Amino acid sequence: RDIVLLWPPPAKYGGRHTVTLIPGDGIGPELLNHVRELFRFSCVPVDFEVVNVCSSTEDDINNAITAIRRNGVALKGNIETLHTLPASHKSRNNLLRTSLDLYANVMHCKSLPGVQTRHNNIDIMIIRENTEGEYSSLEHESVTGVVECLKIITRTNSLRIAEYAFKLAREKGRKRVTAVHKANIMKLGDGLFLQCCREVAAGYPDIAFDAMIVDNTTMQLVSKPQQFDVMVMPNLYGNVVSNVCAGLVGGPGLVPGANYGHDYAVFETATRNTGKSIADRNIANPTAMLLASCMMLDHLKLYDYATMIRNAVLTTMNETRVRLNSPRRCSPHTFHN
Amino acid sequence: MVVIISVAGILIKSWFRPRRGMQTVTLIPGDGIGPEISTAVMKIFEAAKAPIQWEEKNVTAIKGPGGKWIIPPEAKESMDKNKIGLKGPLKTPIAAGHPSMNLLLRKTFDLYANVRPCMSIEGYKTPYTDVDLVTIRENTEGEYSGIEHTIVDGVVQSIKLITEDASRKIAEYAFEYAKNNQRASVTAVHKANIMRMSDGLFLRKCRQVAENYRDIKFTEMYLDTVCLNMVQDPTQFDVLVMPNLYGDILSDLCAGLIGGLGVTPSGNIGANNVAIFESVHGTAPDIAGLDLANPTALLLSAVMMLRHMGMHDYSKKIETACFNTIRDKKVLTGDLGGKSKCSEFTAEICQRVRDMD
Repeated sequence: RDIVLLWPPPAKYGGRHTVTLIPGDGIGPELLNHVRELFRFSCVPVDFEVVNVCSSTEDDINNAITAIRRNGVALKGNIETLHTLPASHKSRNNLLRTSLDLYANVMHCKSLPGVQTRHNNIDIMIIRENTEGEYSSLEHESVTGVVECLKIITRTNSLRIAEYAFKLAREKGRKRVTAVHKANIMKLGDGLFLQCCREVAAGYPDIAFDAMIVDNTTMQLVSKPQQFDVMVMPNLYGNVVSNVCAGLVGGPGLVPGANYGHDYAVFETATRNTGKSIADRNIANPTAMLLASCMMLDHLKLYDYATMIRNAVLTTMNETRVRLNSPRRCSPHTFHN
Repeated sequence: MVVIISVAGILIKSWFRPRRGMQTVTLIPGDGIGPEISTAVMKIFEAAKAPIQWEEKNVTAIKGPGGKWIIPPEAKESMDKNKIGLKGPLKTPIAAGHPSMNLLLRKTFDLYANVRPCMSIEGYKTPYTDVDLVTIRENTEGEYSGIEHTIVDGVVQSIKLITEDASRKIAEYAFEYAKNNQRASVTAVHKANIMRMSDGLFLRKCRQVAENYRDIKFTEMYLDTVCLNMVQDPTQFDVLVMPNLYGDILSDLCAGLIGGLGVTPSGNIGANNVAIFESVHGTAPDIAGLDLANPTALLLSAVMMLRHMGMHDYSKKIETACFNTIRDKKVLTGDLGGKSKCSEFTAEICQRVRDMD
């Protein structure tokens, strides 16, 4: 049950942990309210320090980052990035991830028995490099009408994420790690990533390693997703593959995600949607956020509470027989202990 | 005597003059299973009496003056004259020293738009039904510009290039395509929340072009949202236009939805009205020459070509024959789940085409 690589977070006074809570925009606030209500109902020894981040000023996000540094753990909703704003206004979510060096984004896609989907028996862990790659936000317009955007791949970060992937695979008893890349076209960039993965794989002879090009990967995912076990990849491909997998197991409302760094951990929904169109209508699916809070409880070593809440969520889902694409009333569930 | 000579002259002239209404198309059979599927397509077109004359050319790269790899001049001349081409799968031998053939063709004819219509094939069951969308991908720049540097040891940068011109051209093509094919909406796929300037420029151009096509609905969607919704409900999408990398990933994703590369047509549109239609699967060297190949992808690409040339009756006839054959499941090649040979599959389609007349 040991969580890989991380020291336990320090903030624990009187047996209660303090966790930073960032409501974000859209459906974030209402989902996190459900989490708070549930924790209060279940008497979970966690206090939330709420930090609101408004999308316009720099101060808010800096406060949030300081709060997370203080507490070590955070639970967050997605902060909207208005892409009509100039390029100097960086994505707040990205800023948070890079400042805290949350280099690994982990997402576990598992077919849930109560959810009808086109594919069954999916069990894929996706590990995505979270800080560099195409999300470096380094762009410039060298000549009018010609824009260059830099994608940075470094040896250190690629080795780091590959190490993380293999250690996690070993800890969870997984048999195979697949690296997703486009090294036939981006020979130096993705070539370096692939080479680092191969180097790390050599140190784990008990785990099989193979590589697959990203367009073939998406094609295989929609026809035979059962063939994948653990997947590791750079930032943008991680975005695509994690959204495809989330869609395969039932949608963005069902899958939790976690961002891990050496010192901090931030938990959120896997697909990071703001969900503006369904906000404040009591129809958003809280499952993803609730399962993310369970992942957070596991991280805080409060395993009993995590198991209790997780079982309650999954039982509720199976009993009420959720159907995809039908709005689900998000009112408080009755939970059985 | 004069009458005989003049009649003979007319006969000789008409022998060498192309028959009225016939269009010449450059055919590049390709490698591996390429020749057999090209023959299959030619047979089917003959059975349908389509007014197409084929001019077969080989495009193996040769070293031109100045040491640069080029395609043979006869092939280039033929394409420039005919403007329309049909291409089978090409292989790139690893130690040949020349770049990918597909890349070379793309550069030679400035093929800036890659179009892939994805329509569910009745009779070839996949978990997704009623898929009917078109992906239009910018083919020349973006993430595939090939500009990479090692800044210091262990740090690599790849440059993604987005230009105003290319974005405008692809947006214009997408809206024209939508208009000519009676499609209701065009969706631009982007990641402008992260890549503000580059995808922002692409989006701005799409918006500007959308102003000129008021009757076609224009929407914008993030790449991750498109992926998420595509695997849950692909029927909500119509025409998708996007830069190079997203297009690569999404077009293969959509091909996977309808059954893979063996049944997906594809077309590349270039400057100066040049268009090359191709099958996107590999050369399948293990089944080459064994009469086991499935010509569907190349056939559907040829149907796309007919539509592009305005020959809608012939395209409908051949497409219907092909889909009916697959739907009836009596004569199917190995990859579609049957046991027939390529020639039998082809003969069946030819028979249906003839029966339709």
